[in-house]
Amino acid sequence: MKAEHVATVDEPLREALLVEPSALSPTRRVLGEMLRSRELSVGLALLVVVAAATLRHHTFLLSSDSWRDLLLTPSILVVLAVGQGVVIITRNVDLSVGSTLALTAYLTGRLFVDNPGLPVIGVFVIGLLVGAALGLVNGVLVAFGKVPALVITLGTMYIFRGVVLTWAGSNRINASDMPKGFLDLGTRQVLTIPVLTIIALVVLGAVGYYLHTARGGRELYAIGSDPSAAELYGLPVRRRLLAAFMLSGSLAGLAGVLYAARYGTVSSGAGSGIELQAVAAVVIGGVAIFGGSGTVWGAALGAYLLLTINRALPILNIPDFWQQAVVGALIIAAIVLDRVLSVRRERLVIEARDAS
Amino acid sequence: MVEAAVAPVLELDGVAKSFGPVAALRSGSLSVRPGSIHALVGENGAGKSTLVKIVAGVYRRDLGVLRLDGQDVDFGSTAESKAAGIAVIYQEPTLFPDLSVTENIFMGRLSLGRGRRIDRGAMYAEAERLFKGLGVHIDPRRAARGLSIADQQIIEIAKAISMDAKVLIMDEPTAALSGVEVERLFAVARGLRDEGRAVVFISHRFEEVFALCDTITVLRDGEYVGTRPTADTSVSEIVGLMVGRQVGDLFPKTPAEIGAPVLQVEGLTSAGVFHDVTFEIRAGEIVGLAGLVGAGRSEIARAVFGVDRYDSGTVTLHGKPVPARDPRAAIRAGMAFVPEDRRKQGLVTDASVAHNVAAVIRRGLSRGGVLTRGAESRAAGPWAARLEVKTSALDMGAATMSGGNQQKVVIAKWLATEPSLLIIDEPTRGIDVGTKAEVHRLLSDLAGRGLAILMISSELPEVLGMADRVLVVCEGRITADLDRAHATPEAVMHAATNVLEAHR
Repeated sequence: MKAEHVATVDEPLREALLVEPSALSPTRRVLGEMLRSRELSVGLALLVVVAAATLRHHTFLLSSDSWRDLLLTPSILVVLAVGQGVVIITRNVDLSVGSTLALTAYLTGRLFVDNPGLPVIGVFVIGLLVGAALGLVNGVLVAFGKVPALVITLGTMYIFRGVVLTWAGSNRINASDMPKGFLDLGTRQVLTIPVLTIIALVVLGAVGYYLHTARGGRELYAIGSDPSAAELYGLPVRRRLLAAFMLSGSLAGLAGVLYAARYGTVSSGAGSGIELQAVAAVVIGGVAIFGGSGTVWGAALGAYLLLTINRALPILNIPDFWQQAVVGALIIAAIVLDRVLSVRRERLVIEARDAS
Repeated sequence: MVEAAVAPVLELDGVAKSFGPVAALRSGSLSVRPGSIHALVGENGAGKSTLVKIVAGVYRRDLGVLRLDGQDVDFGSTAESKAAGIAVIYQEPTLFPDLSVTENIFMGRLSLGRGRRIDRGAMYAEAERLFKGLGVHIDPRRAARGLSIADQQIIEIAKAISMDAKVLIMDEPTAALSGVEVERLFAVARGLRDEGRAVVFISHRFEEVFALCDTITVLRDGEYVGTRPTADTSVSEIVGLMVGRQVGDLFPKTPAEIGAPVLQVEGLTSAGVFHDVTFEIRAGEIVGLAGLVGAGRSEIARAVFGVDRYDSGTVTLHGKPVPARDPRAAIRAGMAFVPEDRRKQGLVTDASVAHNVAAVIRRGLSRGGVLTRGAESRAAGPWAARLEVKTSALDMGAATMSGGNQQKVVIAKWLATEPSLLIIDEPTRGIDVGTKAEVHRLLSDLAGRGLAILMISSELPEVLGMADRVLVVCEGRITADLDRAHATPEAVMHAATNVLEAHR
């Protein structure tokens, strides 16, 4: 596969097919990769949706409340999508995050009811720890039981939800049960940016940085890319899987605390169905459903796109049914696009090699 | 073992490993000195790869001694074997397609810079240095996906070198390399030897073995046969040790009357897989498809049967063209296909024998869309009886049967369609020696009744014993068409490996 054969291949793929070192400088290559990245196209789609909705009704963006909503609404989903993204990168999935969220959200309310003097930081710590413990259950069953994560987390999804249902019954936590300082977190802004959004961005930044720059992060990609090769390489596969599920669980726990702060009322049905939204956000954001590639940046953008579309479509006068269908179409389009691109690329590679 | 002067760095003695009832390695022995390149040779299935995987920590041995630097060791994982200084290049490159070339080289021990961040700059530089040493130009930043097997192999080699191992094991590293690349690899191997490291080299190509290695150990049927210094031996002695048994006795092929052509394949080509494959099979004839693992034999068979696509060429059965990519049409035309992995592709292991046997003819058995268990058993009975399938009842689950009986059930399933051509891929893989002969007798018997058989086998004695004609495949091309009289182990081996040198 030498340069002259690759010359027949169309321009954007040329770089990707090149075996020999590229003549371009590393900076220009990074730039080129960014221009072709899924993150950029999802970001652009997000801008288009916001622009279209704003043109229709300028209040969609241009009022202080709607600016806040634009940033605030997807924040909790971003936190979940980051955890889900890490798990999907390892070629697994975590469907229990919605139930974990409900459990920690209700727990947060109960903690304030039973210990009125509890500092706000306390519920965050407890929420994270409980979430991590629930994630550990998933992780142990997947990593040591060798049972597909889809089955395990589907099971724990029902079990955790059952715990909340039994515990809460028909009770609900109301805003009056929780201290004002805590509830303020759900609405407060710093330099027009909601606190919840800042928390979500800090989580995103930390996890994104870890995945890109730490050994453990790269090993998560390796495990998802080829699990059996990861064993042959002698990577600590079990430990990494445990960590991934614990991260997903603790972020779901964090999301539960944020949920209580944001909405003020928590019932046993909190966050049901949100786990599928998280998976959808991750897939739309370009994380391969079979693991190994994609970024949490993309997953976060996917979460923003998903929920912003949901808010924009009513403004564009699109009926309810179509709102659901658009989200579905987006997911399918994302997966079909990935598939088409990879098949096309594989064919080109084979042709280029045969020609040599 | 040969020169006791230097203590061996790696020593195996009487190592055995079984998978269920099948012994992959009965008694493997090997003694490798530092500063030596040691060849390990043997036919397909002789146990070389199993031995390598035991040393690499992939498998745990059942029996025997494994010593590294004179110390007894027992590797429970690949990480332990790596930490002890053993690097392995596997036959099939095991890379992470989504990660960069550099990450593939250093995965598991990525270099860390300040603040425990991985230092990509240092790794790129190191990868470039490694590639320069190997004399290749591969972009260290590109993803591993889409690299040719040869380039992937280079990355495996770079990985092994960067690990600074004291024992480097290469399991057929040259199978996909070109002449220049092989020379480069040899230079690297000699360099490592001169540094005092031990290299174990597995290859089917004798010229490479004799050019590179100083000692040769031969395995046959999972057992140690002997070790010879390269200087004191010859190709014919090594081949003799490898083959080592009377071919004709083990595999009785009774002469059958060869009739009219049944299958004709013309110019079959699938880009990147096989090229311009042309052959015919006559009634009553067993044609063996021989070649090294990965040469494209199974792919050709799958394309003929219509499972895989092909780009050009024609398949005709009894003079009528068989449509591409349509296995059902192939079955109707009279083809039967027993795949290589019978557990996955040929048998519903959770279902009963009768159910399995009746699987392909179910449409014919059903009355108004309803299929009764009785109808299945009635249809399956005579076939199972004829093949002497040893199951107490047809209701018995297929999963609990031995490999040999499972294979018979798969064959019975296809015979129920009354085919005129049987394609059978690795008919005796995973079957114990006693039952092997039964499967062979069955195939021979079927040919005697006028069935045309295309048999793919990696076991040379099986091909030579059973086939009326041997087609040798090398890198997706048919490189030899030998009749029974001319099909010697040497001739087949030669055709399976030699065209590579011609192409260089």
